[in-house]
Order: sequence, then C-alpha cells, then structure tokens
Amino acid sequence: MNKEIGAIERRRERLDRGIKVRTEGIYAVSSLKEVAYLALPRLILIIGLLLLPLLIPSLYWKRVVSIAAIYALLALGFDFLAHFVGLVSLGGALFIGVGGYTAALLNKSLGLSPVFTIPMATVGGAMICTLLLLPALPLRGVYFAIVTLMYPLTLMRIIEALNIFGGTDGILGVAGFPNRWIEQYLIIFIVIFALFGLRRLVNEDIGLVFRGVKDNDQSVRASGLSITLYKAIAVFIASGLGSLGGAYLAHIYMWSGISQFALDFSVIPIAATVIGGGGTLVGPLLGCFFLVPISEWLREFGTLRIVFYSVILMAFIMFRSEGVMVYAQRKYHQFQRWVKV
Amino acid sequence: MSGENILQVTDVSKTFGGVQALLNVSFSVQQGEVFGIIGPNGSGKTTLINCITGFIKMDSGKVLYKSKDISNRAPNQIANLGLTRTFQIMRPYYSLPAYKNLIIPLFSPRARKKGGWRGGGKLGDRGTVAIDILEEIGFERDSFVPYKLASSLPTGYLKRLELARCLALGPDLILCDEVFSGLSMSEIASMVPLIEKLQMDGITLVMIEHRLRELFRVASRVMVLNFGEKLTEGVPEEVMADERVKEAYLGSEKLLDYTFEA
Repeated sequence: MNKEIGAIERRRERLDRGIKVRTEGIYAVSSLKEVAYLALPRLILIIGLLLLPLLIPSLYWKRVVSIAAIYALLALGFDFLAHFVGLVSLGGALFIGVGGYTAALLNKSLGLSPVFTIPMATVGGAMICTLLLLPALPLRGVYFAIVTLMYPLTLMRIIEALNIFGGTDGILGVAGFPNRWIEQYLIIFIVIFALFGLRRLVNEDIGLVFRGVKDNDQSVRASGLSITLYKAIAVFIASGLGSLGGAYLAHIYMWSGISQFALDFSVIPIAATVIGGGGTLVGPLLGCFFLVPISEWLREFGTLRIVFYSVILMAFIMFRSEGVMVYAQRKYHQFQRWVKV
Repeated sequence: MSGENILQVTDVSKTFGGVQALLNVSFSVQQGEVFGIIGPNGSGKTTLINCITGFIKMDSGKVLYKSKDISNRAPNQIANLGLTRTFQIMRPYYSLPAYKNLIIPLFSPRARKKGGWRGGGKLGDRGTVAIDILEEIGFERDSFVPYKLASSLPTGYLKRLELARCLALGPDLILCDEVFSGLSMSEIASMVPLIEKLQMDGITLVMIEHRLRELFRVASRVMVLNFGEKLTEGVPEEVMADERVKEAYLGSEKLLDYTFEA
C-alpha cells in the first residue's frame, strides 16, 4: 500500500468507524442513530426483496425474480461451503436436480400437495445428496469440486439411458402453486430466512467448528471432533437449500426434467459469489439478483450473451476481485486516512 | 509417581517408503509423571506421537491407553478418551479470535459430556469457559489478548494456545511436541511453572524436547531415540551419562557440561 508522492512516504491506514465500535456490543446502542446504523442495512435488504414482486409489472420478469431467488439459495449454500467449511462445491446442479425430481415424483406418484412435497424434497434431497457425496468428503479443494460436478452429469445420462422418470421428456403435470402471490412471496421469505439463519449459524458454536474445519482440519481432529461428520452436516445444510430450490423450481414450471441437472445451476452461484463477495453470504445473494436478470436480458442478443456475460465477470475479477459486498462493508464500517511513514 | 501405567507402547514400527522412521519402539508412561522423549533431529520423535494419537497409521505395534487398545484408532476418538497432543508447528484457527479457538475443543463429545449443551454447565457458555482456560494458561483475562485473532498473536501465545486446546478437552495425558521450541529464554522460564502446575493437577505429560535443561527440571524419566530406534531410557542423569547417547545426540562430550552446569 506504500505510495510515494514527492518526497513524502504515505501509507493508507484503515480504522473502524466510531459508530461501528460503539454498536458492536448490543448494550452500547444508545441512540437512534446507532440503532439505524445497525438495522438500516438489514431493513433495506429485507424491504427491497419484499417489494420486488410488487414493483415489477410483467409476469415474465416476476418469474425471473423467483428463479433468481432459487439461484440465491444455491449461492448461499456455495458461499457457506466454500468460505466457512472449506469445501468448493460445484454441486448446485446435483442439488437442484435431486430436489426437483424428488418433489415431482412425490407429487405425481403419491399425489401429495406442494405443502408436503417441498419440505419432504428438501430433507429427502439433502439426505440423498449427502449420501452421494459422503465418499468424497475426505477430499479437499478441486478434487471435491470434480466429484460434485460429476454427479449431475452422470445422473442426467443415467435417466436418459435407462429412460426412467420420464426419460428425456421429464415428469409432466406436476402440481403448481395455488396462486402466484404465494409462488412469489414464499421463495423470497425462504431466501431471507436462509440468509439470516446461515449468518447466525456460522457464529454459533457449531459454526465455529465448521470454520475450524476450513482453517485447520488436523487441529479439529486433535480436538476430538470428526471432520467427516461436520463436513457431512455442512453438506446436508447446503444441499438442503439447493434441494428446496429444486423442488420449488419443479412446482413453478409444473415439470421436472433432465435440464434441472444443467451446469448453469453449478456455475452461476459461483459467478454470483465472485461478484457479490465471498464470505459475506449477503453478497452472493445480491449477485444472483444481479446476474440472473442480466442473463435473461441478454437473451435477445442470442449467443452473444455469453460474451457480454464473460466481459462482466472478467471486469469484476480484474477490478473488484474481492466482490461488491466486501468493498461495501469495508466502506460502511471503516474510514481511511493517509498517515506519514 | 503413583505406579499405574497410563500409556503402554509396544514395538511400534513405521516406514515411509524406504525410510525406517520407527523400529520396534517400546516404552510405558506412569500415571502422573512427566516423561521426556529426546533425540537428534529426524530420530522419529514426532512420528512416534503421530502414531500414538492416530494421525499416522503405524505398520505394526500396539498402543495401550488405560489398558485399552487404541492402536490405529481415529485421532478424534483417541482425543475423546483424554489423550491429547500439541503440534510442533502450531495449528491454531488463524481466522478466529484466541478464545474462540477453544470453543471447538469445548464442542467435542468429551467436553460436552462435562459441560452440558451450553458448554460450561452452571458456569456459563463456552466463551466464558474458554476465557477461564486461557487465563489459567497465561493469557491476561482483562487484556485484549484473548480477543485478538490468532493470526496476530506471537509465537509464545500460540504455543500456550496449543496447550490450552488440549486442556479444553479435560485430558488425562498430553503429548507435548516441543512446546519450548521457538520461545525466548524468558518465555520458557514462564512456561516451566505452567508444566509443573499441570502435573500437580494430575495430568500426565509426555514431552518431546530439545531444550534439555528445562526438560530435566520437570521430567522424571527420559527416553532417547536415534534413527527410529530406542537407545536407552531412565532418569536424566543416568541417560545423559550413557556413551551411546552422547555420541548419537551431539557427538561430543560437552553435552553433559551443558546440561548440568547451571
């Protein structure tokens, strides 16, 4: 950070803002200003998300918001696994596919309504995904990522080759939501709940164990905790979020098919995390609400959209690789000044 | 010394490729004593600890802890039995504050059995217990040191944090892998009473050390390893008088002078 200007050496110094320090302990909050400092960012996010379906007029774009919310669930799961447990997962497509097929099968074969299929597909899908990934849990880094990427590709081909679950046509005639307001608001509430739930989880004692596994897994073993068990719990949570999204997707489209194993579900959450800022949880969520609409909007450019998409991503990686939210949080909580060295 | 063997290691062997890291090493540690393991660099001391605590699978041999066979069990299972270890190269959770480092061992099944779901029983939550343990091990309670990120702590504190992680499990036996190395003389001087206090609390200690003078202040018996084989075992004065040890360890007669002069 050293910059030479003339003969004077200067250094940038970052300090926490007084209001951040004052509001850190809950007992110190003593003025409306401090309350606002704490609550306003959260309120803006919650109210903003809740207003989205009201402010957007067209049915098409309302649907895009729901899809963005489903991607946001995946991105939250990805960020949680990557930055708090140390598992880089490309399993978004697996989670969505398993969740979608589970919900569709429960609905078609047992005739259960979405009220039951969505929770059952969430838990059931999470269990299936965790069992599938169990042998890969001792792997780290890119090796784990490869295994998570292999499963959706394999399952897609298995369904195609064996012609099970409707084969390439998929499962048609899955029940939809009773009305579109429920369809739009339920997923937004789920996303808000998942965001704040995960943020709380990573600061609880069990969350510290997850972060310990990322920081130093040998030390966790020496502390008498099984890293495989805690990795499995973390994968269960992340794949549960993804399966929930998949089940929701199946009921929105009233259909479940092999395109739910598409790699988009694995890649866009990562791109959203790059843009939003990894490790903040809220960043990847906002990244999805930015990327998914852009991706839809670029549709009219045909295949050129991949180019635009890549340019946006590259610009972020080169100029703001930390991500928007990391930058924004730093500006919000800290000020900087130049000091002479 | 109260007689009973808490740890009995029989004929442990381990090869890495063509290198014989350990060859038929046997020793036993009595309840309540401080047992030293010394030897030149590369003699297999750390490998021995790794084998006992399950971090490395041994090729052959048997480890009995409290007369229970724990050979090649998973490290976390062994830690839950009360046999803990420190790492020579400190392994704290760098992104967490010092006291939160201890919440992870406090979350282990062994610690939870004692502390209930909050971690400290009636005493409070795990954070409170963690601060208590840190104070015991030499972090000043009212200073900001326990709340600093582990990545910004100096070596002396990180070594203490390693010991604190073991203590959080409520151990019966701690295998210390060079807790004195990398510390200044004054830091070592303040660590020695700590070790003595642990012993008084009834914790058995096995210490790998290169700082012989400090080790011999606390250890009642020492074992010497050389090229993966046990050379000898006994009270420090006896062991250091052994010609083979002198030859293996420093290759000079000065060893004795250095160790017992001061």
